[in-house]
Amino acid sequence: MNPEINIAPLPISPLASARVIPEQDRARELETRNLSAFYGKTKVVEDVNLKFSPNIITALIGPSGCGKSTLIRCLNRMHEVIKGAYATGEVLLDGENIYAPEADPVRIRRRIGMVFQKPNPFPTMSIYDNVIAGLKLNAGRQRGVNYDEIVESALRSVALWDEVKDKLRSSGIALSGGQQQRLCIARAIAVEPEVLLLDEPCSALDPIATLKIEELLQELCNRYTIILVTHNMQQAARVSDMTAFFLADERRIGRLIEYGPTREIFTRPRDKRTEDYISGRFG
Amino acid sequence: MAVTSSSRDARIGQRGDQVFSLIVRACAWVVIALLVGLVALLVLDSLESIGRFGFSFLTGSEWNPVETEVNPVEFGAAPFIFGTVVTSIIGLLLATPLALGSALFVSEYAPRWLGTPVAFIVELLVAIPSVAYGLWGLFVLVPFMRDRVDPFLQKYIGPVPIVGQLFSGPSVGQHLLTAGIILAIMILPTILSISREIIAQVPRLQKEGMLALGATKWETLRFAILPYARGGIVGAAMLGLARAIGETMAVTMVIGNSSSKISASLFTPGYTIASAIANQFTEADTSIYFSAVVELGLVLLLVASTFNVLSRLLVKRITRLPGGAHA
Amino acid sequence: MDAESDKMAQAVQVNSAPAARKAMFSAEQGRYLRRKALSAFVAGLVTSLTIISVMILVIIVAYIFVNGIGSINLDFFTQIPKPYGEVGGGIAQAITGTIMMLIVAGIIAIPVGIGTAIYLAEFGHGWFAEVVRFTLDLLAELPSIVIGVFVWALLVRYVTGYSGIAGSVALAVIMTPIIARSVEEILHLVPDTLREAALALGTPHWRVVLSVVIPTVLPGILTGVVLSLARAAGETAPLLLTALGNAFFNFDLTQPMAAIPLQIYSYAISPYDDWHHKAWAATLILVIVVAVFSAAVRFFTGRLRYES
Repeated sequence: MNPEINIAPLPISPLASARVIPEQDRARELETRNLSAFYGKTKVVEDVNLKFSPNIITALIGPSGCGKSTLIRCLNRMHEVIKGAYATGEVLLDGENIYAPEADPVRIRRRIGMVFQKPNPFPTMSIYDNVIAGLKLNAGRQRGVNYDEIVESALRSVALWDEVKDKLRSSGIALSGGQQQRLCIARAIAVEPEVLLLDEPCSALDPIATLKIEELLQELCNRYTIILVTHNMQQAARVSDMTAFFLADERRIGRLIEYGPTREIFTRPRDKRTEDYISGRFG
Repeated sequence: MAVTSSSRDARIGQRGDQVFSLIVRACAWVVIALLVGLVALLVLDSLESIGRFGFSFLTGSEWNPVETEVNPVEFGAAPFIFGTVVTSIIGLLLATPLALGSALFVSEYAPRWLGTPVAFIVELLVAIPSVAYGLWGLFVLVPFMRDRVDPFLQKYIGPVPIVGQLFSGPSVGQHLLTAGIILAIMILPTILSISREIIAQVPRLQKEGMLALGATKWETLRFAILPYARGGIVGAAMLGLARAIGETMAVTMVIGNSSSKISASLFTPGYTIASAIANQFTEADTSIYFSAVVELGLVLLLVASTFNVLSRLLVKRITRLPGGAHA
Repeated sequence: MDAESDKMAQAVQVNSAPAARKAMFSAEQGRYLRRKALSAFVAGLVTSLTIISVMILVIIVAYIFVNGIGSINLDFFTQIPKPYGEVGGGIAQAITGTIMMLIVAGIIAIPVGIGTAIYLAEFGHGWFAEVVRFTLDLLAELPSIVIGVFVWALLVRYVTGYSGIAGSVALAVIMTPIIARSVEEILHLVPDTLREAALALGTPHWRVVLSVVIPTVLPGILTGVVLSLARAAGETAPLLLTALGNAFFNFDLTQPMAAIPLQIYSYAISPYDDWHHKAWAATLILVIVVAVFSAAVRFFTGRLRYES
């Protein structure tokens, strides 16, 4: 069964508590209630109840097919983009249900950003235009706004500025895989979302690029709530503050098995299945 | 013994394979010979007309099969070419938005249970024979144009300078505009079908990248899908154009078939190259007349095939193009 | 490392300068409604265009059905046209003519088409096969009137005159690429493992193809053949220049022969109302046979996209 794992308000891991975060910068709290996901008639995720703490990195781990990617896509209503797919239950962003009938996915996705498994810079746009793509969409061409500054700071945030500052006008796809992914992260944060979702962002990258992105994420969670899907346990252990472990049952329906501080999950897991996965007995 | 009979089998097998291979190769050669022979014959039989009229075949406006004292025999196909160009362009202009809109609806807007049947229905239009379109055009569309649409156009757009010229003069319903409309209906499913495939090939990651930034459906279309699909959609339109150019029966039944001078009004009856062939071939008793008609066929072949090949270049990834050219 | 993390931290803070952010977000609110409105407008436009497209088909089919159904009776199928102006009669000779020419065309086109398809699927891995495929594609897209002109120049003028055999040849030229392309596709669906298993048993290649591969996909091959016949049955232009048409029963392939689409055409352009009604009726029959058949065959083979 899936006990509702409720953690006391704002559990802050040692890492986060060391930072001083001004009130208006505090990222929003995200919570799921009875969230289930379907592809047509097939249920693939059932009844997930999860409270994500702000300003920390939460990792979603589990063997392939456990529904973690589907789940994260439900958090910004990208799951329903696929024809015939839908989700039931609630996802609360700071108390508001993003699945309410009057909620608009367009606005939700503006507030909850996403970085995909394979880097997807827009091929017809330059690096510069890629970064501000979201801004131009949402706010249009604004007079008096210094886009150069925004581009520079976003690219500095992802440690890409020095590498591309001389070729800002060249195409977004002329970069290496790791650089492209960092560009996508820059693009996602340029619109200042409240939550940042990353679906296996490093799976297409080499170890060095992966490490750079992991460092980046640890800086970024000063400002954003970060939720990360990863199939790499070591990455979860290295990077995240909280970890949620998922598993698919015999009917191929994914469920939340255990959720807790990363250190505990990896040293003293409460569920035997978690322990089996961590120790590499399957998956 | 076992060894002997199996080696006999092996020899029969070998000879069987040789014969088999020969037969199927021969079939393939027949196909090649067919195309080569077709082009060669058309060229050969056009030579008389090409030799006599040369380039003026394409530019001259006099189509005089009968030798009189005053006028020598002369074949100038410019009015036919004009008719083909005008009607095909009208067809393309009307069909492409409809086809593209329907393709977007089916691929991007409609849920699967709605989109698939809708696409199926519209693509059924391909199966309707050309002569059926011609019949409907002749008895339904032509009177409708004559009684309702043409007077309307003349009244409201007629007075507009320059553009109004298009709708001047009396209308009997059988004219270039009607032919253009029929062609639009006929090429709509072709353009729709290919566009659908093209749109389906836009990488999902690009669409989702846009959506994840908070783009609306239209913005995703505009910035992620259409830039990718642009080339293929142009290719689809070109194939539609190639089919419109070659269309015969439906056009011939609504276009009026009178050898008029090239005029600015869409209300004038005319010919297309294909309809000219269909109307004239029985009259082609003299050698030069025959050659001229064959040359018309050759022109049609070259123009339609050129657009066809161009279309294929733009739509490279799709291996088979749908529908067919009914005429 | 530290210098870099410091820079990153700094950059993250620069981006969050409150005043600039506030300005950006208030602009967003205003734009948001306009963007939604534009997107809704496009959705409406796209839907309207689709409705128009569907309506076109519905209207045409409705007219054909309504206008044609009244004139269909037994006479229609069993009698030949009456002389000019007289009421009554039917299109029996056109039906027999179409059937005859389709049979002869099939006799020519089916073997050549299937043979070519077998060549392409079983042997065709080089540049020559690519040339053959390209040729088939070109032939399939040729305007059918051009094919009519070709057979007209080749046979009608000097060899056979206007005749059923010339019509059959024209139809065969149209049918062959259709059969070849669709059968090739079907043969490609047969997994190589099946062929290899049979070959490993010592079966010669030709036997593998004829006794193993083809029987596996016979329904698919039949489908391709039937579709090409349906298409040929609806062709008018090539028959115009070759078979010419005939008002009387004719079973002699060396003479002009009637066909249903030709009959429709000559009825339609005539000045007689009764013949116009018959044209509608014949069109209804033709559309039912051609279109419904094609659609049903496609539907049942699970290929809902129209391909030929």
